[in-house]
Amino acid sequence: MKKNNVILQTTAKVTFFIIFLFSIHIFFAGHFAPGGGFVGGLLTTGAIVLLLLAFDLETVQATLPFNFTVVIGIGLLLSLGTAAGSILFNVPFFTHAFAHFDLPLFGDTELHTAMIFDSGVYLVVVGAAITIIQSIGGDE
Amino acid sequence: MINLLLFPIIIPFFFAIVLLFFKEQVRIQRILTVIGLSASIVASFALIMKVKQDGIQTLTLGSWPAPFGISMVSDMFSALLVTSTLVITLFVSIYSFSSIGEERERFFYYPAILFMITGVNGAFTTGDIFNMFVFFEVLLIASYLLIVLGGEKRQLRESIKYILVNVISSAFFVITIAYLYSVVGTLNMADIGQKIAEIGQPGIISVIGIMLLLVFGIKAGIFPLYFWMPGSYAAPPVPILALFGALLTKVGVYAITRTYTLFFVHDLAFTHTILMVLALLTIVAGCIGALAYFDLKQIIIYNILIAIGVILFGVSQMNEAGMQGAIFYLIHDMLIKGALFLIIGIMIVVTGTSNLREMGGLIKTHASLGWLFLIAAFGLAGIPPLSGFVGKLLIVQGGFENGQLFGTIVILASSLVVLLSVIRIFVYAFWGEPVPIQPTNRKTYKQMMFPAVMLVALSVLYGVGTEWIFPYVSDAAHVLLDPSSYINAVLKE
Repeated sequence: MKKNNVILQTTAKVTFFIIFLFSIHIFFAGHFAPGGGFVGGLLTTGAIVLLLLAFDLETVQATLPFNFTVVIGIGLLLSLGTAAGSILFNVPFFTHAFAHFDLPLFGDTELHTAMIFDSGVYLVVVGAAITIIQSIGGDE
Repeated sequence: MINLLLFPIIIPFFFAIVLLFFKEQVRIQRILTVIGLSASIVASFALIMKVKQDGIQTLTLGSWPAPFGISMVSDMFSALLVTSTLVITLFVSIYSFSSIGEERERFFYYPAILFMITGVNGAFTTGDIFNMFVFFEVLLIASYLLIVLGGEKRQLRESIKYILVNVISSAFFVITIAYLYSVVGTLNMADIGQKIAEIGQPGIISVIGIMLLLVFGIKAGIFPLYFWMPGSYAAPPVPILALFGALLTKVGVYAITRTYTLFFVHDLAFTHTILMVLALLTIVAGCIGALAYFDLKQIIIYNILIAIGVILFGVSQMNEAGMQGAIFYLIHDMLIKGALFLIIGIMIVVTGTSNLREMGGLIKTHASLGWLFLIAAFGLAGIPPLSGFVGKLLIVQGGFENGQLFGTIVILASSLVVLLSVIRIFVYAFWGEPVPIQPTNRKTYKQMMFPAVMLVALSVLYGVGTEWIFPYVSDAAHVLLDPSSYINAVLKE
């Protein structure tokens, strides 16, 4: 008999966006409050795992058509690139820079290159966690 | 270029990342690996020149002042090790092109090698004890992939042992760092050295010293802690075995040398006597193993143990000759072990077996291989014009200067055992009645010979050119024997 997961799937669709937005919030909060790339990445993974539970692997792969190994690579490149950018200015590796900007809508915002490094961490965590889950869950 | 000392770490790391994007294109992977390693070798030679000219290079990441940020320190010792690591890796990678098989190459073989080199070079260069732990994990996790890659039954069984042993030793490493941090309150190695000198090494610091010896001893394979090595190293294919044998144990040796010359130098009678006794027992264990087996891989694996014992004996003497000898022998041993593993790999491909009893008469069909092996074997045993001689001579001199008559005689006797064990390979495999063997592919054979010949040639040059290399080794030993120059270079007082 075919099971009908309509309640689970409907709630998962709504909850996915709430968790995803929360993960983005945690990710951006990292500099001044608890949070950051690692927790943010794990929360995003959690949201995708919820989709995997509610639907099946093929559906999720069709919805998020990324090669997650490549996502790891991009994340590592971002992090290394941020750290290595300091080489161009002949200051020690990993020297970060920050400044205040007056952005429309956000007002006075402090932008920091550590942010780019953190987004690299975020991508690596998401890529690695999803790769693990996909390769354990997949039949290939 | 104040970031020069980081280039041998960053360049392999960058190329490893780029290789992740070309999983299926084996040809692009090979080309990029060679380009990446060559670029790193150029950078590391520039680094050696820079260190020779301007003294110890230090850099504290992120422009923080010294004890608060992560310091990277490149003295002559680490610069020499970084360079030899990269050179060996380049030749082992070239060897892999024709021997490892496309199946493995398609599954992140080259990225794993490059990530491992990132970890090895990082561990050699770092000036922060916790950062050293992180680089150890980088190289270990890459080595977990390499040891299990291919998924043969034996590899799966041995990788479980290998991972288990290393996870336990890593946990132990963290605990030891926690103890050290709670006593001295800093993680920067130069700062730790200074703080320990201020409090004059009370008992707890000696305990931590022994714990670090246990941790690094598991990685390096010293006497009671080498039990995992013969099984685990024999499991993966030969190029991986060559990398492990030439590099991974030497990182443990480097870490012991660094901590036992920088931190625990105030109670030599206790810590360094234990180190010396363990080194001698390692040599004995290695000698027994090297003579006991009729398996090519096992004989050379037990020779790793002997070499580690010899190097650590030199370090434990804490005098100029012993330290210079240890450094000279360490680099010689990396080169020659890499070369020997590559040569026995060719022998295994040619004869289809690693059992000595099933070989014979190879000199009639593969004369050049035979003579190459003989030169490498003589180099390993330390016959005078070749590379193993000067290092061992200096270690023996250091031993006699300290009045360690018995230990030094063990070192000299071990040379005979080493010679016997490798000559046995030569006699059984190359002399005698030819055993019927499968005809080998000449092109593959030539491609595999090239890196082996290059490594043997390098080791011969290393032995013949002692005169040119010696000033660098002497610089390296000077920093190890005078920790204040290291501490001053990092803390810039």
